[in-house]
Parts: sequence; C-alpha cells; structure tokens
Amino acid sequence: MTPPTLRLENISKSFQATRALDGVSIDVMPGEVHGLLGTNGSGKSTLIKVLAGFHAPDAGGRMQFNGQDVSLPLKPSDFRRLGMSFVHQNLGLVPSLTVLENLRLAQIALAAKGMINWRREKAAAHETLERYGVYIESWRRVDELSAVNRALLAIVRAFEEIREGSEITGKPGLVLLDEPTPFLPKEGVEKLFDLVRRIRAHGSSVIFISHDIEEVMQITDRVTVLRDGRVSGQIDTRDATHEKMVEMIIGRKLVRSADPQTLLTEKKPTFASIRGLQGHGIPPCDIDIGKGEILGMTGLIGSGYDKIPYLLFGATSADGGSIALPGAEPMAISAMTPKKAIKENFALLPGDRAEQSGVGSISIFENMLLPDIEKYFSHGFLSNRSMKKEAFRLGQEYEVRPNDPGLSLGALSGGNAQKVLIARWMMRQPMLLLLDEPTQGVDVGTRDNIFKALKLAASKGMSIVCASTDAEQLAEICDRVLVFARGRIVEEITGGDVSKDNITEACYGSVEAVENIIHPQASQKTQS
Amino acid sequence: MTETDKVASAATGPKTNYLRIFERFALILVWLLLIAGFSIAMPVSFFNWGNFSILFASYAPAALLALAIIVPLTAGDYDLSVGATLTVSSCLIGVLNAWYDVPIVACIIIAIGAGVFIGLFHSLFIVYFRIPSLVVTLGSTSLMTGIVQWMTNSSTIGGIDNALIMAVVGGRFLGVPYVFYYALIAMIVMWYIFDFTPLGRRLLFVGRGREVARLNGISVDKMRVGALITSAVVASIGGVMYAGILGSADPYSGLNYLLPAFAAAFLGSTTILPGRFNPLGAVVAVYFLGTGITGLTMLGIPLWVTNVFNGGALILAVTISQLTRGREVTDIG
Repeated sequence: MTPPTLRLENISKSFQATRALDGVSIDVMPGEVHGLLGTNGSGKSTLIKVLAGFHAPDAGGRMQFNGQDVSLPLKPSDFRRLGMSFVHQNLGLVPSLTVLENLRLAQIALAAKGMINWRREKAAAHETLERYGVYIESWRRVDELSAVNRALLAIVRAFEEIREGSEITGKPGLVLLDEPTPFLPKEGVEKLFDLVRRIRAHGSSVIFISHDIEEVMQITDRVTVLRDGRVSGQIDTRDATHEKMVEMIIGRKLVRSADPQTLLTEKKPTFASIRGLQGHGIPPCDIDIGKGEILGMTGLIGSGYDKIPYLLFGATSADGGSIALPGAEPMAISAMTPKKAIKENFALLPGDRAEQSGVGSISIFENMLLPDIEKYFSHGFLSNRSMKKEAFRLGQEYEVRPNDPGLSLGALSGGNAQKVLIARWMMRQPMLLLLDEPTQGVDVGTRDNIFKALKLAASKGMSIVCASTDAEQLAEICDRVLVFARGRIVEEITGGDVSKDNITEACYGSVEAVENIIHPQASQKTQS
Repeated sequence: MTETDKVASAATGPKTNYLRIFERFALILVWLLLIAGFSIAMPVSFFNWGNFSILFASYAPAALLALAIIVPLTAGDYDLSVGATLTVSSCLIGVLNAWYDVPIVACIIIAIGAGVFIGLFHSLFIVYFRIPSLVVTLGSTSLMTGIVQWMTNSSTIGGIDNALIMAVVGGRFLGVPYVFYYALIAMIVMWYIFDFTPLGRRLLFVGRGREVARLNGISVDKMRVGALITSAVVASIGGVMYAGILGSADPYSGLNYLLPAFAAAFLGSTTILPGRFNPLGAVVAVYFLGTGITGLTMLGIPLWVTNVFNGGALILAVTISQLTRGREVTDIG
C-alpha cells in the first residue's frame, strides 16, 4: 500500500501553560482533498503554523512525507524539496506585477543566466494556465484581476511549485489552502473547486481549510476536525452530514429552534434605531441597540459582522441607512464622519491597534487624552502636567503597567496599550461604544478587567457594540448576539440562550440560514 | 511579575533621565565647544560681537526656512520648495517695487499672498490628488525657479525701497540687527503653537498616525493643507527678510538656504525635545551650522567645503534624528 503523502503523529505544541495542540495525528493520502475544520482556538492555526515551519512542535511528535521521516521544525528549503506549498488567505501575490511575473517569479529569481527570455517565459506561463483551465491574460497586472482570478492564480502557482518538486522526486506533493473562499462569490468558489479537482487528478494532495461546512462537504474526500487542540473526529465526507460535522466542531448535538427568530426585540429601551444600513458588502439591514445593552456581532470570516462598528462611526463610508437617537431626527449614516460621531458621543476602538488606535512613538498621556485635549487647554496654555496627572489616575484605574504616562505608547505590551486606549474612550462615557476584537492579543487577567469595566459601564447606561469572532468572549459579556452571514443578520441570540456553543453553532449554521433568506423557493424545492 | 517590573524600572529610571537631560542639551554643548574652538584659533577676528551679529542676522532667513519646514514635516509631508518660495517672494518684491514702483507695503502683502497661493497649489496635488509631497515640491521648486528667471530676466534687481532695508537690518538691538529678532518671534510663536496648544498635538498625531488621527475626530486633510500653507507663508516672510538684508532681489542665492534649513530641521529634532521636530531645536541647529560654516570660511577653507559641509550635515542630521526616534519606540520598555 502506498504510504500517505503526509503523516503527522502525536504533534503537540505548548505556549507556556496552555497546550494549543495535544497529540494531533493526521494522515493525508495521495490524491486526497483533506478538510481541516475547527473553531477559533481549536488549534487549527497552530497546526498550520507548525506545518509552515513557523512553530517548532514539542518533542515527541513525528512527521513523515511520502513515507520518509522529516525533521521538525521544517526549514524554508524543505518545502520545495518535499513538494509542499501553501496558499494563505492573503495569497502572497505582488499586486503591482503582472500575472506572468507573479507566476514565474521563483524561476526568474533563481535563473542562473543573466538574460530573461520573456518570450519563453510568456509561453511557459500561458501553457501552465491553460493546463489548469485557468484563462487569465498573462500580461495583466494582478491588481486588475477579480478576486476569483487572483485566488486561482495563487493556487496555480502553488501547484506548479509542487509539481516541479514531485517531478524530481517522482512522488506526489501537497498543497495547503488556508481559507481561500470567504471573499469569493459563489461562481468563483465553483471555479476554484474545478481547479482543485484537476489537481487531485494529478495525484497530489490538498489540505483544505475552511469555516464553511457546505464547501467542505462539496470538495473534500475526508475531514479532520480539531477541538481544544485535539482531533475530535475524522470522517469520510460521503458518510458525513452537515449536522454531524457541526457536532464534531462544537462537541455536542445540534438542536435547531423550530420557529424563525424575530430580528428586533425590545427588551431594553432602544437607544439607537438603525434602519437600512448598507455598504461594504452589507445589504440593507436594521439593528436596534438598547440602552445599556452589550450587543455582540459575529459570524464567519468575510460575513461582514466586523464592518458594522466602522460604518456606524463613519470610519468607512456607508452607502445608505439612518440612525435615530432618542429625541433627535434620524441621521444619514452615509454622511457620518469620525468627527461627527465623536460629537454625538460615539466611540470606536478599532481592532488594528498599531495602525488605527494609537501611535506607538507618541507618549501614553497624549494618546490617552487625544480626543479630550481641549479640556486641558486653559488660559492659552495646554497643561502637560494636568494631562499627565489625569493619565496617571486613569492608568491606576485601568491598571496600566508600568503606569508612567510619559513613556511612549509603544513601550507598553499589547495588553497594556489596549488598556490605555480603552481608558481613552471609557473616560468620555460615550453613549455608544463600538468595539472590534477588543481583547485580541490581551492576556487573560487584562481581559477580565476590560470585561468588568464594560459591564459596569453598560449597567450605567452605556450602549456597547462588540464585534468579535471569539464566541466565548461574546457569551461572557453580551446581552444579545447578532450572527451574520454574507452581510445579513441570520440569527439573533438573546438572554439565556447566549452561550459559547449556541453562538458557534449559529455561525456554522449561518451559511445555510442565509441561503434560506436569499433563495427561499430554491431551498423549499430541495426540501420537498 | 509586577515586583520585578518595579525593581527594573527603579533601577533604570534615574539613569535614563540623566541621559535624557544630556541629550536635550547636547547640541547646545557641541555648539559652545565649536565656538570655543574657533575662538581659540582666531581670537580676534572670530571672537568678537560684530562677527556674531553678522552671523545672527545673515542666518535669520535660514532660521525662518527651518521653522517653515518643520510644520509640514510634523504633519508628515515634505516641503522641499521653501528655498524657491523664499526666492519667489524676494524677487516679487524686487520686481514690483524697483521696476513697477508698487509701494513696499503692498509688495510685502503680495509676496505673502503668493506664499498662500503656493501652499494651496501644493495642497491641491499633495492632499487632493494624493501625490507624494516629495515629488510635488521638488517639481514646484523647478517650476518656481523658472518663473523667477523669467520675472527677473535672470538678473539681480537693486533699488528696493530703503524703508524695508531699515526695518530689517537698519536698527540694532544689543548690536544685532532686527531681522534676528523677527526670526526669534517666529520661533516663539511656533513654539507656543507646537507645545502649548491642542492644535500642535493634533498636528503631531496627523504626522505620526493619519488613520489614528482621523478616527479620533481630527480633520486630517485640513491640517495638512494648513501645514503646507503655513510653510509657504513662513518661507515667503523669509523672502521679505532676505530682500531687506540684501537690499536687492537675487534670483539664485535663496536656493542655497534649502540644504542647511533641512539639515537644521532634522538636527533640531535631536535636541531640546528629542524625537520631535521642534522650533527651538531647529533654530539652535541653524546657528550651529551657521557657526560651523562661518568659522571654516574665516579659516580660509575653499568654497567647495561649504557644499560638502551642508550636504554631510544633512545626511548626518537625518541619521542621528532617525536613531533618536527609533530608540524612542523600542528602547524604553
């Protein structure tokens, strides 16, 4: 019997006290498309990073490639030799170069002779694309291509890489596709799958990573599911059902509530009524935010849940929609700017700390008090001393360490920097606080402090919107969670139903649910 | 964990502060050493008040240019055209006043108005069309230089109204011509804005983190336009001063100020308030470089050394400023 293309045995990886991977074993057979599923925190990304040579696994693990032992961690030179290639979500293409240059980059860079024979390169590129049934003009710049063609190009390039490797060794190669589909339209996904099938026909193996169970069902031969760092199940795709997979992912049986959920509930008095909000891939949607409510927003990658805070704040411009606050005329969200939003006493804490939240090279106190700087300007002078004093007081309240407001923000650890930035907005006591992944890269202790502060603020009447993929975190703080798929709200989880499992389950059921919303007739037909 | 943090910060705290204080005044110290060195070498000709008063007056336009430059630099944009703007302004005064007999006050208003126009012109391309500031202001330098040559027939224009000359270098305070004090006033105004107003802080955030500034409700584009206009206006005021110092309009020599002014802007960011472009530091740096050139010239070194000195000083200044800034972010925690 032929050995598996890739065999992982007993792979573990610990980060200090936490065990991100715990004795994971996987076989990927030649010519197999192998799905890898799991929630955030299941160990999936750690496993990918081990395979990519980014993490060294703990001692005791073994990896074989085509029956031969490979020493871990993998070195950059190993991938080409073995015939392994990765397509990450960002695709790794150079947007300003042409298709030809991107496709032949490695060969051109490695060519020993001085002159590039462009005619020959062009012919080679053309031949390659044609072989895979991908029709893209080789002279186009990559940034002119559609998202689908970009993904196809990246995958073709990856397969070309392993094809050359496997021609040398005479053995099949392996390509790992890490979430290639979330931003693609449906027809695009079909094209991508056609390409994957062609490659499988060549005898190579594919590891396909996706959150979308429908897609996994469609393309894979076998599936490995990770949960809490362990393999929670391995199953042949043709024996699996959607329910079975969700069950393996979340670790318990799926119970669907029978009646359709109403999307708007009026448990708490409404603070903001949002009507017809649209833009950045979000079709018109209505959201009510209660006063003193912590409203969670979640969904799979690319579902658009994380766009809402930015649209409401005017950080990215909306195409339409209005927001009505108590005792005021509804405002057009498309006319919203951060400046106006701050005037309305909104606050936004972006997920991208370094680029959007604070400036590392400027001091803590200036970062902390930036939106309020006018307050420290009196008698014609800005008082650094009173700013530092206030920043020190806030630093104590939010337990910033070290609490030295004169240091530059970049000198703090990620978690402490986040405390500074949260303090910046909380001290203003905003009416509406918009958060995107507020505890990303933040240690557990800090996380608890941030949660406490949020809950306290909400109990005093602050309305909070928290966008996150972290179901556990949402379950801990939210009164209500909206689940998005393809830009639409497909489920609303309220009150006692807000739990980690329910949120995860709703996310994985969301794609199915959105199909029912978009094409009700079609899905009825398939049901009958 | 916190225990060790405390111990660590207690151990390193005071040492860093000493370094900090030394760093703040290092340039001034080096400047004094330079003066001492030249004074020992030339006790009579260099070390006399007359020499210093000429130095202070003749580098005043350069000081104004350095002050002009740091405004857009703080906002994250380059303005390479300040030398050309200065020349446009001084030649406008020459042409209008000497050739067309326009009253001098009107000439000055027109020259400063030209500064506003140049700032708006830059803003149109840099802020509205999003063209890199380096490219726009490099281009406009050549553009303005050409216009000046056309305007003046490439000749030096004498006969500017004596009132301007008197106002700029006619009177002296403590033996130093007024023009030096005009530059000092500009420095103090700018120092006030940079350090003691919310506007100055916002400008800093615009330069260091555009997106951060925008999401904190700062009108980034307006700030950048304001900075570019300020820079051009201050440079054209420098041109007025230059015309007053020379008593004529020279279509070429103004460009020579660009390099020392840039060098001073960056060198100034390593002193007084290290890591930030600051008006005090910029002016100190201008006079530091001025002292170096004056002293070397008096020692009889050939003319080409001036260029080498200016160019070398610019590269060195940017390097030192980069090292200071880089350390700001990484070294402290």
